[in-house]
Amino acid sequence: MSYFIDRRPNARHKSAVNRQRFLQRYRSHIKRAVEESVNRRSITDMERGEKVSIPTKDISEPSFQHGPGGRRTVVSPGNKEFAEGDRLRRPGGGGGGGGSGEGQAGNQGEGMDEFVFSLSREEFLDFVFDGLELPHLERKQLQVLEETRPVRAGISKEGVPARINIVRSMREAQARRIGMRAPLKRALREAQEALDAEERKDPVLRNPARIDELKSEIARLEKRIASIPFLDTYDLRYNHLTHQPMPSNQAVMFCIMDVSGSMTQAHKDIGKRFFLLLYLFLERNYEKVELVFVRHHTVAKEVDEEEFFYSRETGGTIVSSALTLVNSIIEARYAPEQWNLYVAQASDGDNWDDDSSNCLELLNESLMRKLQYFTYVEITPHAHQALWEAYDTVRAAYPERFAMQQIVQAEDIYPVFRKLFRQRAQG
Amino acid sequence: MMTRRKPIATGSDWNFEALEAYERAIAELAKEYRLDTYPNQIEIITSEQMMDAYASVGMPIGYHHWSFGKQFLSVEQAYRRGQMGLAYELVINSDPCIAYLMEENSLMMQVLVIAHACYGHNSFFKGNYLFRTWTDASAIVDYLVFARSYVAKCEERHGVEAVEQLLDACHALQNYGVDRYKRPSPISADEEARRQEEREAYLQTQVNRIWSTIPPVVSELAQEPLHDHENDPLGLHRHGRYPSEPQENLLYFLEKNAPLLEPWQREVVRIVRKLAQYFYPQRQTQVMNEGWATFWHYTLMNRLYDDGLIDEGIMLEFLQSHTSVVTQPGFDSPYFNGINPYALGFAMFSDIQRICQAPTDEDREWFPDIAGSDWLETLHFAMQNFKDESFIQQFLSPKVIRDLKLFSLVDDDRDDSLQIEAIHDDRGYRRIREALSVQYALSAREPNIQVWEADIRGDRSLTLRHVQDRRRPLGQSLFPVMRYLHQLWGFPIKLESTEGDDIVRRYQWPIPEPTRESA
Repeated sequence: MSYFIDRRPNARHKSAVNRQRFLQRYRSHIKRAVEESVNRRSITDMERGEKVSIPTKDISEPSFQHGPGGRRTVVSPGNKEFAEGDRLRRPGGGGGGGGSGEGQAGNQGEGMDEFVFSLSREEFLDFVFDGLELPHLERKQLQVLEETRPVRAGISKEGVPARINIVRSMREAQARRIGMRAPLKRALREAQEALDAEERKDPVLRNPARIDELKSEIARLEKRIASIPFLDTYDLRYNHLTHQPMPSNQAVMFCIMDVSGSMTQAHKDIGKRFFLLLYLFLERNYEKVELVFVRHHTVAKEVDEEEFFYSRETGGTIVSSALTLVNSIIEARYAPEQWNLYVAQASDGDNWDDDSSNCLELLNESLMRKLQYFTYVEITPHAHQALWEAYDTVRAAYPERFAMQQIVQAEDIYPVFRKLFRQRAQG
Repeated sequence: MMTRRKPIATGSDWNFEALEAYERAIAELAKEYRLDTYPNQIEIITSEQMMDAYASVGMPIGYHHWSFGKQFLSVEQAYRRGQMGLAYELVINSDPCIAYLMEENSLMMQVLVIAHACYGHNSFFKGNYLFRTWTDASAIVDYLVFARSYVAKCEERHGVEAVEQLLDACHALQNYGVDRYKRPSPISADEEARRQEEREAYLQTQVNRIWSTIPPVVSELAQEPLHDHENDPLGLHRHGRYPSEPQENLLYFLEKNAPLLEPWQREVVRIVRKLAQYFYPQRQTQVMNEGWATFWHYTLMNRLYDDGLIDEGIMLEFLQSHTSVVTQPGFDSPYFNGINPYALGFAMFSDIQRICQAPTDEDREWFPDIAGSDWLETLHFAMQNFKDESFIQQFLSPKVIRDLKLFSLVDDDRDDSLQIEAIHDDRGYRRIREALSVQYALSAREPNIQVWEADIRGDRSLTLRHVQDRRRPLGQSLFPVMRYLHQLWGFPIKLESTEGDDIVRRYQWPIPEPTRESA
């Protein structure tokens, strides 16, 4: 007797839990590998998973085994020229290996020392952003009242038939039936008893009028009991829905980059990788992330991605032009009540002499109030200039929502990113 | 009797009707060959599901543990990179017998797998004495369900990490979890769950009884030389060893005697032990099991062809696939990876058939009992009553030794060169047969380690004895395993390697410090 079952529609990834257990157990190993790879990867490369290798000895499952030494006999196939009693030189090191398979680590060459496996993109990013958080995500969410979603909020007496709660309605009906019948039933019982008592009396003493009266009373009560409805309109209960404000689940990320003559392609690559990390990070926290690219030298301009990263301009730098543009874009397209606004700025720190104070004013007066978070990375090996100092005062004013770091070379990107978004102790 | 019929299906695409028709045809032939099987539950799965099945060592359900995840990742990696094809089939020793067919397989592969797994392996599971003794096909799935939910419950109650550490320790000893002389009784999951609670309570009282006899002993006094009459006039230490006989089932001993384990921990030890026991026959019948299944898929496919149920195209595809399965590369080939159990097993079963049907003088001399006998009868007898070790000892014929050109090589660390001990000639047949048989003996593959003494009146240390096999020492993994043992036992672990009556090496964990300072 046999039968076939098509299991293909069944859930796959039965091993998902075990896989996670493994990743959890070797977290530190994997994290190290991921960190190395983030710095090694090219810019467009964050979209795929990663191959990770761990030394085999670190994850071995030991059991009692024979070690090398002693005397062993191995039977192997494929004899060509050996004759009984032949003596052979011992190859390389250790015992003969072969045959029984279990004895020693094989001589199958390298690769045996490393346990190699792949992380999916999701798992990879989990490790990349492990321990990081978007600062003050919650606070913003509570302020946003524009969007709502219906949530269950108990039971109500009014509603549309589609939301009727059958269990609660039936329970109400039963309670009502019990409640309404109780006095009638009691009266009925009393009348019945009185009638019985009357009828048991000696015929001489019986009062026919009383009996008639009781009988009609009983009939009346029975009719009343029968007329209690099984289900009445005021038994009905409905699931109540209220509209709860929903946290806005969309974000805009403004990428501001200085494209003046002093920014080399290397600077821009660093900037791009930083933006990319931030983008991936936001993407994990919001359903929808929009990107706005603003580049500037002396004037700012909104551009597409391609132009943003690869065009090159010359001339001086006026940072406030970009901030002004961002401000007007926000006013025109992204109402702060509906959008979580993030600004990431990359620059080499150059700015027109008088402009830094303008930036300071712009940020303090209008921009910072709307933003979720402002990150500024200064890509320079040199000493800080006026812009950094101006921003430093902003940081002092908005310590929770303004962060700035310096990046000297590509290897710093990931550590700096981690520093900017490190999980803060809740307090 | 053979009338050529129309092929049931042609081409390489399969569908359920064709599979069912082939399954019925094979079932009919199997009956003719007296293949007694459990009912078949044939499941079509995807390659991803096959990887899942692989990772859980073929168990349809298992408890969670990182090592299965590791297994999964390595299978996945090898498969994705094309280093390894997935097995076409996977079959589980259960009643009904569950066999997995991958959807990617061609029609030929599916038919082959049905013959190989659903009739070959299945009849082996049902017929072989080791499986009959050690496993209970009807109870295993139930037991797995119980094990999974029990471990999950422990994780909930005691934390994933605590359970994981315990499982790590048990897994290290799982090859020493078999009780070779007692047959386990089958019980279902419900029954198991009910008994488990009773057992928990009972076990703890047992352990308490053993350990309640311990007098408080200062550890220095526990040294052996002090146990003479002068120091122990009351004979407190003259009660003989505990246990009085060496115990080969380490996990069982720990489950019953480890002084500090909590009841739930004992139960987990037991679960690992029970599952190890379930796999115990598989480890000892690899050559036979694969050989038997391969012999039957070969025979059945040929019959299907002879009867006209498969066409030339499928037959050619089959022969190509079969040939690669039973290829045995020579020891010096880059593809050599030990003896191929499919090749050896198939060669031996085919040769038994040959010896029965067309014996030569040599066969008559070597196998007087079976030469010329009924082949089907003899084959069934061989399948039912042996394991690899004894099967080779009994049935490896000079012809198979010659065909495979087997030779045996001695590697002795006291000799500075290797020596060819025997080759495929008259003088060598018996020695090769003997050596190959030993090579498949579990006792030669795994070190023989037993519980020797639990010092219940002294420092509570546990002493194990390792009986060296031809002076082969223990490998590097010894100390990690002793560490796990120590975690389970809770007190020092000692291990003595013996050769003959002499103790040649002693190990101890934790490694004793030369000067102990009290902290």
